[in-house]
Amino acid sequence: MNREMMRKERIDRGIKVRTERIYAISSYREILYLLGPRVLLIVGVMVLPLALEFAPYWKRVVNITCVYSLLALSFDFLANYVGLVCLGGAFFVGVGGYLSAIFNVYLGLPVFLSIPLATIGGAIFCTALLLPCLPLRGVYFAIVTLMYPLLLTRVIEALNIMGGTNGITGLASLPNEYVEQYSIIIMMLVFMFGMRRFVNQDIGLVLRGVKDNDQSVRASGINITYMKGLAVFIASFIGCFGGAYIAHLYMWAGLSLFALDFSIIPIASVVIGGGGTLVGPVIGSFILVPLSEVLRAFGTFRIVIYCAALTGFIVFKSEGLMVYMQRKYHQFERWVKV
Amino acid sequence: MSDAPILSVKGISKSFGGLKALVDVSFEIQQGEIYGIIGPNGSGKTTLINCITGFIKPGAGRVYFKGKEITGWPAHKIAHIGISRTFQIMRPYYTLPAFKNLIIPLWSPRAKKTGGWRGGGKHGDRDTVAVDILEEIGFERDSRVPYKLASTLPTGYQKRLELARCIAMRPEIIFCDEVFSGLSMSEIAGMTPLIEKLKMDGITLIMVEHRLRELFRVADRVMALNFGEKIAEGLSSVVIEDKRVKEAYLGKEAV
Repeated sequence: MNREMMRKERIDRGIKVRTERIYAISSYREILYLLGPRVLLIVGVMVLPLALEFAPYWKRVVNITCVYSLLALSFDFLANYVGLVCLGGAFFVGVGGYLSAIFNVYLGLPVFLSIPLATIGGAIFCTALLLPCLPLRGVYFAIVTLMYPLLLTRVIEALNIMGGTNGITGLASLPNEYVEQYSIIIMMLVFMFGMRRFVNQDIGLVLRGVKDNDQSVRASGINITYMKGLAVFIASFIGCFGGAYIAHLYMWAGLSLFALDFSIIPIASVVIGGGGTLVGPVIGSFILVPLSEVLRAFGTFRIVIYCAALTGFIVFKSEGLMVYMQRKYHQFERWVKV
Repeated sequence: MSDAPILSVKGISKSFGGLKALVDVSFEIQQGEIYGIIGPNGSGKTTLINCITGFIKPGAGRVYFKGKEITGWPAHKIAHIGISRTFQIMRPYYTLPAFKNLIIPLWSPRAKKTGGWRGGGKHGDRDTVAVDILEEIGFERDSRVPYKLASTLPTGYQKRLELARCIAMRPEIIFCDEVFSGLSMSEIAGMTPLIEKLKMDGITLIMVEHRLRELFRVADRVMALNFGEKIAEGLSSVVIEDKRVKEAYLGKEAV
């Protein structure tokens, strides 16, 4: 019997984790099976700063990576659960960062107030600016989210407000290195698991309905513009938190917060990690961002390596790492005769 | 039928560019009746539904629901006051299991207002209510059908799911856009009692249909459209004998 006559068969593992909320657990092995990957991820991320104790540069990279993974999370949520392609990572980071700087430097609020205020204020600001293009279907939302950071950059430059091209300097830093490090790591984990929970709530299903087909949602008496606005608020909330944090990390809010990197790298992370999983994008960022730091030694040539890696992923594993790993974890595969 | 009509449509017109899709269409519908709308392809039946339910804005004319003008309201607001519709091309949420499809109407403000989402108990959750509604509409509760992905359901079940999505809202009027089309005779035979049951529950039904024989079996009154104009209205036995209706369906020579 040659291989042409064989077929790969996939069988679900015989553990009752298929339902969404009810877990039927009968042994330690099953508990381990369920909790294993989650615990591995949490412990892994929490231990990372300690493991890098003697590499302060890389500890900083971890912080930045967490910010990128928040942006990737917000992109994944909007794109794969609400159906809005958002290229506005830079917009969220910029608005969050500048607001935090204004609260901290100009109004003299302490850092533990300025970050939350900038997060909420930024989310309101971003949502208000994006509201006009929400009733439209198609590429308009993507284009507008891409344009806003460019627009705000020019406005700040031209009017020479908020520090102009120099940016706002002298932001308070977080009390110490560990607070700085663990605040972002814990917030990232909270947002990640929180969003996973949220999309399976009834309200999350309504948002998924908006993506699947918005006409039926309208016919169900739900205002889709309101729902999209809510989703954008949540996504920009996550993004603005990242921005506010990064401004305090650099102790500076400048035009580079509106850099296109904040829009592009999260999207690449989602591609690598696997869209629609919400964990995948985080894993994707933890691969891509450190990779781009390593490749810094190659100068501009790193873009080539970067692009090659991305293309490779899109061509050979377009489903993304997370989807692939989930399948391997939850299913047996074996070759059977046809 | 001396009561005030639940829905009255006065002189609706709509044109797309040079094409006149609807020309001065008026009719009134009484509470609790089944009203059929027939007409050949492209006669403006679906456009009429879209105009009334707010999916497109009518060019002229007015729509009154229980005496209150609702012309040009957005679709979700019209659905909220109790006018529900199905789609001719089924629009289930393909990535969700069948019963999760109903979570969306059950989550809506309308369901909150009517209390429809809670079912009987005080703390009932939407999942159970959803499965109850599906069972009512012919999904076998103990089978796997309610839990299957909507995209894997056969056409008959998808049509039922469309209706279920309306019922979950506890509407007063349901516009059924060709619920019989694409179904086998036996599936239609299963669907007809469902329609009659909805009527018994006091829901007003407006059925746009190509399958005339099946429609005439349930409809109280029928209206015929041709090229966007109302050409006949009345009891189905009268409408089917109308010369203009025959012409519209069969052409002038055949009559």
